[in-house]
Amino acid sequence: MEFVQNFPFFCILLTLITAVITSVIGRRKAIYLTSLLITAVTAMTVCVLVYVLRTGESYAYMMGHFPAPWGNEIRVGVMEALMMTVFCFVMLFSFIGGMLPSIREIESTKYNIYCILVDLLLLALQALVYTNDLFTAYVFIEINTLAAAGLVMMRQKGRNLVAGVRYMMMNLIGSSLFLFGIVILYTITGHLLMVNIRQSVAALAATGEYKIPLTIVVAMVTVGLALKSALYPFEKWLPGAYSNATPSVAAMLSSLVSKGYIFLLIKFYVRVIGFDVICNMGILDILFILGMLGMIVGSVSAVRAKTTRLMIAYSSVAQIGYIFTAIGLRSEIGIICALWHSAAHAATKSMLFISCAEMDDACGGTHLRKHLKGAFYHSPLLALAFSLGAINLVGVPLLSVFMTKITLVQAAIDVGGRHMGLVLIAVAISTLLNAVYFLGTTVNLFTPTKEGDEVLRPTVRKNPFTSVALVGMIVLNLAMGLLSQPILSALAEGLKNFA
Amino acid sequence: MNMLFSNYYQTAAVVLFCIGFSTMLLHKNLLKKIIGMDMMDAGVFLFLAAQGYIKDRVAPIVVDGVQSVEAYINPVPAGLVLTGIVVSVSVTALMLALTVRLYYRYHTLNLDEMIALAGKEEV
Repeated sequence: MEFVQNFPFFCILLTLITAVITSVIGRRKAIYLTSLLITAVTAMTVCVLVYVLRTGESYAYMMGHFPAPWGNEIRVGVMEALMMTVFCFVMLFSFIGGMLPSIREIESTKYNIYCILVDLLLLALQALVYTNDLFTAYVFIEINTLAAAGLVMMRQKGRNLVAGVRYMMMNLIGSSLFLFGIVILYTITGHLLMVNIRQSVAALAATGEYKIPLTIVVAMVTVGLALKSALYPFEKWLPGAYSNATPSVAAMLSSLVSKGYIFLLIKFYVRVIGFDVICNMGILDILFILGMLGMIVGSVSAVRAKTTRLMIAYSSVAQIGYIFTAIGLRSEIGIICALWHSAAHAATKSMLFISCAEMDDACGGTHLRKHLKGAFYHSPLLALAFSLGAINLVGVPLLSVFMTKITLVQAAIDVGGRHMGLVLIAVAISTLLNAVYFLGTTVNLFTPTKEGDEVLRPTVRKNPFTSVALVGMIVLNLAMGLLSQPILSALAEGLKNFA
Repeated sequence: MNMLFSNYYQTAAVVLFCIGFSTMLLHKNLLKKIIGMDMMDAGVFLFLAAQGYIKDRVAPIVVDGVQSVEAYINPVPAGLVLTGIVVSVSVTALMLALTVRLYYRYHTLNLDEMIALAGKEEV
């Protein structure tokens, strides 16, 4: 075994230890330590990515050198390492970018708790991506939920507390459904390790036994994780949670938390049940329809939103719709498209939330879209970052979301029939609506103000952390756009070893 | 129908889960929602514990030398239930603490009223 193979385990352990240390050190040290932790985890994940890209194979890692089922097992391949690398970079930039606004908005006595929750979020995300055991996945789903709800409530305002409760309620229903699903699966197969379950399910599918219980299991897990990742019509908790949270938290929630659940769902389909078995169940058709509805309803809600943050939050509903539509296409290209868009959306949405929050602050502490007029002239970097994110989500060529749309349409054409027509119509309507709300806001940023305009007096603050993070995010987004073909090829290769 | 009665533990667990699920979804009172959540979890744990139990077998604790494998039950479900209970207790504690906080702020336990009152507050 090569030393680098230990890195995913080291990352998980390091995060856990840091979370404990963070609780007993000073406030400023806690923030620096958490930044250092995310940087270290990012660096180690990049090393793991380079290693698995070089070998082209995935490997199972025994925690504590006990083989499963006695010990716990994690599995790392190109798919896991690639997604985790993007997630780590997004988390690093989101945390650093929103550091000063978070310090302003959170009570100083709560800094340590904030850092602990960020550490736990990173821990849960790593465990969800790497784990090869279903019950471990459930435990970390709950840790993810608790950490995310705590982060939503970091601003001690009534809106945040209510948003936190709504978030918890919907997510706990999702967790319980997921748990019941895996418990039934355990009673059918007698295993919790994903690879072993796959063998048992393949044998059951061949004989046709337990067809109804297996369908119920898949339905419960799907609904549970769809609830948690805010697929339409389960998205009611999302706007409040995203639009009221601090910039860092909104960026992390929209980019990482929901994507962790989607990654787990894809892992459940491909590695645990087997995609060929799932395709015969009809559940993907429901996901396909709900995904398309989400694309349109989310975009319509975003057009109607008056505040910029609410607009970006509703845009997440539409983008999650893209991901589920891609999964519902029942093809490998669809799965690759879903994974690619999870990464592309994570990189873009975090940049939008960070730049938007700072721009709101620079434009006189506003929340309304109309008050952002002429923001480019006093906050050029913020306006450029926002514009790049906006035109990316509209689907401008050479950027990452354009590749999502191309891949989605290509997957739909491969499937053919009604799927093709429906996807083409939904993508066209959604793109048009995206253009209406995102380009409308972007043009507003570059329009000089004149007398009589309804704008507030700008209050630009120096914020080197946000500037550095935004430059990093711009580079990440441009890199993902320009390197989309190699990344998509790597995802396609990774999918072969993912099962 | 006979299967439902012969597997009465599992039947009761599913009924309990459904009652909890509907309570959590349909009631507006936060405390009732939390009770519903706990009932859902209890249903799952009952189901899991029932799966791990086999009549006339004992827990796999060796006292008189190793007996045959048929003498023992599977200990894994019990371990899973314990882990599940720990998670469930943490979630319930957090939810109850939050409910107390919200009650002091809005003087109601009705979630819809809380949402309406919070909507009127400054962003």
